[in-house]
Amino acid sequence: MAIISNAVTIADAGAFSVNLGSMVHIKTLTASSSSTLSFVHGSSSVVLNSTYPIYKFQFINLHCGSTEADFQVLYTTDGSNFNATQTSTFFGAYHAESGAYSGLSYYSANDVAQGSTAGLGDSQSSNNDASLSGELTLFNPSSTTFVKHWIATTSLDEVNAANSNYTAGYVNTTSAVTGIRFKFDNSNIDAGKIKLYGIKDS
Amino acid sequence: MAVVSNGTTIIDAGALGSGVATGKMILIKTLTASGSGTLSFVDGADSVVLDDTYDSYVFKIINAHPGTDDVNFTFNFSIDGGSNYNVTKTTTVVNAYHKEDNSEAAVAYNTYDDLAQSTAYQSLSSFGQMGIDNDQSLCSIIHLYNPSSTVFVKHFIATSQFYQAEDRSNNVFTSGYGNTTSAVNAVQFKMNSGNIDSGVIKLYGIGG
Repeated sequence: MAIISNAVTIADAGAFSVNLGSMVHIKTLTASSSSTLSFVHGSSSVVLNSTYPIYKFQFINLHCGSTEADFQVLYTTDGSNFNATQTSTFFGAYHAESGAYSGLSYYSANDVAQGSTAGLGDSQSSNNDASLSGELTLFNPSSTTFVKHWIATTSLDEVNAANSNYTAGYVNTTSAVTGIRFKFDNSNIDAGKIKLYGIKDS
Repeated sequence: MAVVSNGTTIIDAGALGSGVATGKMILIKTLTASGSGTLSFVDGADSVVLDDTYDSYVFKIINAHPGTDDVNFTFNFSIDGGSNYNVTKTTTVVNAYHKEDNSEAAVAYNTYDDLAQSTAYQSLSSFGQMGIDNDQSLCSIIHLYNPSSTVFVKHFIATSQFYQAEDRSNNVFTSGYGNTTSAVNAVQFKMNSGNIDSGVIKLYGIGG
């Protein structure tokens, strides 16, 4: 039996006729002078397990409390200790508003080699109109076979300069990753949102 | 007739109830080029939403094909509902390219297409070298974050891939910000010379 509402076929033949989409919103965290923002599976309605093979985190206008702040990510395999070992790469393109300088560089201060804290954004300004936006994709965090790959891109303002950061790496563990934490290295996350989505059918 | 299960409205008035988990990448508008000088998405016009309804928006450009050889595919922002596309921008551009005959391959910063406090259109291709051959085009994904903010500058991140006129695969990473605290309420795409012969641009809102 079809379900028809207001002349629109909603469900028929055992399936929804409407497209429910594959990007499912799980959780939004809003910063308010927050030292960290963390998503832990099973806590506060967060899902971060085998329900989805891919998870996506969106960063919306993250504003830091101190200038030259580096935005960073850490992972946990036990839901409480964010110290999972990572190895990552980090490169960026930069361009001054004055046009005085521009370039492409590998940022060895922001990558990590078998450490716990990986950079996602370099030298964020704390000017009132400055912030960081971007996204991080985490692949198959619940795998107990493979290391956990992630890829992130961020755009931020240094002081009067655009800084575009391209970073990726893996959490070097075959234990399931069950939580993720974001922070600035030298200040609170003054304002902004981080949104977690699961990608269905991926 | 509404369908209500265990106190939750599943379906009513031809739509799913708010309690039903659905996808959050919402197609807002598709524009199809056909010898088009410009393609514009203006909040409030032709069913386009580009305001605080969503925290971020995604544009997907599918096989944009120029009508003129050796051009760039470009975009600009507007803060006055599409009357003027002239928002000041500072941006970065990185190119990775590889020629079909294997004679060239490199990654480098591109000073030709970046912008420093410029109101010019931002290129998504590079070096003014989109090809006009029948099988040549550009595809791109642009993320635009919180365009309606009246506090922050407007960040965008784009990844594009195009078939360069000189038979190169060219992967372009373009990113930066519209340096305004006014709300961006329209985005326009065009070739820097000639028309957009064909192609599709889709606008999505990212909800949740």
